[in-house]
Amino acid sequence: MADRPDQAQQGQNRPTLQLHVPEPSYRPGDTVDFGHLTITEAGAQPRPDEGCDAAETNPLTTDLIRVLGDDHLPHGPWDPKLDAGTLREMLHHMAVVRAFDERMFRGQRQGKTSFYMKCTGEEATSISAAMALASDDMVFPSYRQQGILIARGYPLTEMINQIYSNSADKLKGRQLPIMYSSRDKSFFSISGNLATQTPQAVGWAMASAIKGDSRIAATWVGEGSTAEGDFHAACTFAAVYNAPVILNVVNNQWAISSFSGFAGAERTSFAARAVGYGIAGLRVDGNDPLAVYAAERWAANRARANGGPTLIEHFTYRAEGHSTSDDPSGYRSAQEREEWPLGDPVMRLKNHLIALGEWDEERQTALDENCATEVKKATKEAEKNGILGHGLHHPFRTMFEDVFEELPWHLKEQSTQAIHERETKFPEGLPE
Amino acid sequence: MNAQTQKAGAAEKAAGKKGMGADGERRLNMIDAINDALDIMLERDSNVVVMGEDVGYFGGVFRCTAGLQEKHGKTRVFDTPISECGIIGVAVGMGAYGLRPVPEIQFADYIYPGLDQLISEAARLRYRSAAEYIAPMTVRSPFGGGIFGGQTHSQSPEAIFSHVSGLKTVIPSNPYDAKGLLIASIEDNDPVIFFEPKRIYNGPFNGYYDKPVEPWKKHAQSIVPEGYYRVELGKARKVTEGDELTVLAYGTMVHVAEAVCAAKGVNAEILDLRTIVPLDIEAIEASVKKTGRCLIVHEATRTSGFGAELSALVTERCFYHLEAAVERVTGFDTPYPHSLEWAYFPGPVRIGEAIDKILSE
Repeated sequence: MADRPDQAQQGQNRPTLQLHVPEPSYRPGDTVDFGHLTITEAGAQPRPDEGCDAAETNPLTTDLIRVLGDDHLPHGPWDPKLDAGTLREMLHHMAVVRAFDERMFRGQRQGKTSFYMKCTGEEATSISAAMALASDDMVFPSYRQQGILIARGYPLTEMINQIYSNSADKLKGRQLPIMYSSRDKSFFSISGNLATQTPQAVGWAMASAIKGDSRIAATWVGEGSTAEGDFHAACTFAAVYNAPVILNVVNNQWAISSFSGFAGAERTSFAARAVGYGIAGLRVDGNDPLAVYAAERWAANRARANGGPTLIEHFTYRAEGHSTSDDPSGYRSAQEREEWPLGDPVMRLKNHLIALGEWDEERQTALDENCATEVKKATKEAEKNGILGHGLHHPFRTMFEDVFEELPWHLKEQSTQAIHERETKFPEGLPE
Repeated sequence: MNAQTQKAGAAEKAAGKKGMGADGERRLNMIDAINDALDIMLERDSNVVVMGEDVGYFGGVFRCTAGLQEKHGKTRVFDTPISECGIIGVAVGMGAYGLRPVPEIQFADYIYPGLDQLISEAARLRYRSAAEYIAPMTVRSPFGGGIFGGQTHSQSPEAIFSHVSGLKTVIPSNPYDAKGLLIASIEDNDPVIFFEPKRIYNGPFNGYYDKPVEPWKKHAQSIVPEGYYRVELGKARKVTEGDELTVLAYGTMVHVAEAVCAAKGVNAEILDLRTIVPLDIEAIEASVKKTGRCLIVHEATRTSGFGAELSALVTERCFYHLEAAVERVTGFDTPYPHSLEWAYFPGPVRIGEAIDKILSE
């Protein structure tokens, strides 16, 4: 019943149409060669003034801002000129995140919780970016920005309590693991729904401007999720109201099994989305902690000076699976990770500090060991409050709280029912 | 899984190599039955296209489309951008051309960005164009809880769709029905929401979460014949014949209700509604008039849930036959909690007490 097939067939000398379906360069087993990627020279990119016209950044939306060169030293106008203490602090945060991811992933495999997501290879996009913001700037993260919480000093034990959904979980066991929330750390409640946080960040920034505040907002979204309408609404509102907001697009190349081509990467960069909306755009080497810091700081300064929004594409690579529920060996070549031309952010920062004479391998080994110990200690502490499914959870009545500010009659009835059911099923009390 | 096993899907199954039970019957789980239906419809009708996030090369996060792209080609089975609004919107356009799209929304919890295209467009296109244009799409989506998915991977939003004029809503409870209902849905000229209870993809979960789950191969409804067959929309299945009370359920809750009735020794007539729009009102009326008692079970939240509609219908049509008030057992009116999943889930205790109450009146 295709519409008018006869006429379509006749065609009147018109060419036959063909549907293009994107296909990634490499599938499992393929030999990987990233030679087609244009990796610019570190330091070669111009740094416009933070108050420039948005259009002045247009060339930077298809370029790649890089600071750290192959010599592990900073180059060019984007060098943020961080002191050794700050660099070591950044490295420390990264080491904590890596140790944390390792242990939590293992914890999920051991049955201590239902789900976990690592950020391996993408640490700079959250940690370096967070360090470039003020600690009270509001962040609206996606689900792979644990680095922000760690950079802001949120206690590891609290994170693990949330991951275990245990009796000390501040979110009362309601959310899927890693869907953190911390108002204290100006960290918005994470949603599992994609890109919904992006217009919310713009709205928070608009509110800050309405109130004559000085705090700005920043949001993080994966490149795959930029396909959602919410992201485009965010860009439109950010442009219309010149909102003091930073839209971070973490382009880690893969959205579960879909490569970035399914979000439009075959045609243009994600940073180049900024051009059409008339907002500033930067494309940055997401595995270069100094470049990420510099770009984020540039955008923060611009927003703070009423210069408006910036869209930053962090060009990086998701080195591990999407989550504990995913096995990437089914859809991409394992070689991609090894061949990724922009290296590993932790290694690059470490080598930079060594090149500066501010670090060495022994100290790195000690740091990694200390972080593993720190994480282990926090894990043991959290486990005292229970792990998922072993009885130590919030009281049943808490399930009905916070649906509304006040408990309506029907939730009171249902709460009574839930407690009654528990007593019926476990007359001797809940099993451990 | 690796690339090899993920490609093994459709072709092998079509050849009948997979799924043979010890009894010589062809036994499939829900995933393979759905894959089978898609494979058959892609083969039979060149207007059928399958699309969604991760459904192409990878074969879907629940493997329902495994092997289909390799067998039918990239313009028939393909990945999409992460945009539910886009997925359903383009399905409306494809339908307008004359295709029969079968979009997948990866989790029902993610369907909401597509609601405008579904509710304002797909559901109304036939009406507003006086049938010049139709939207013959089948939106497949895993739904329901029981997998510790938290509030973004556990919802049962069927009542949102049953409330919309012009949408059909189908919820299979077993492999045989899943295949036949999916084929009937794809062939239907109206938009169909096809919710797949993900908790029973691999086995008929009966609500006793602390006991081992039986695989599908031990269940009678896992016998899935090869080739094309339809299970008509709007026809309930009588799961058990009984005269003490009627139980109306669909999806996962069919198995939970059946297990509870068996454990209590209640001679219940359990109707698996299979589709809530269209609804098999004749089967419901006949059963309730026979038993005089009616229990409605669904996993979705209670307020304005589909149970409210069923309760009203039963009361309107069977009032003088009822010997007890109609009871509803449902999920609670909260978001689906993570750690307290089993306290939320309408399990054996909640259902058992409702049965006691109905039978005591």
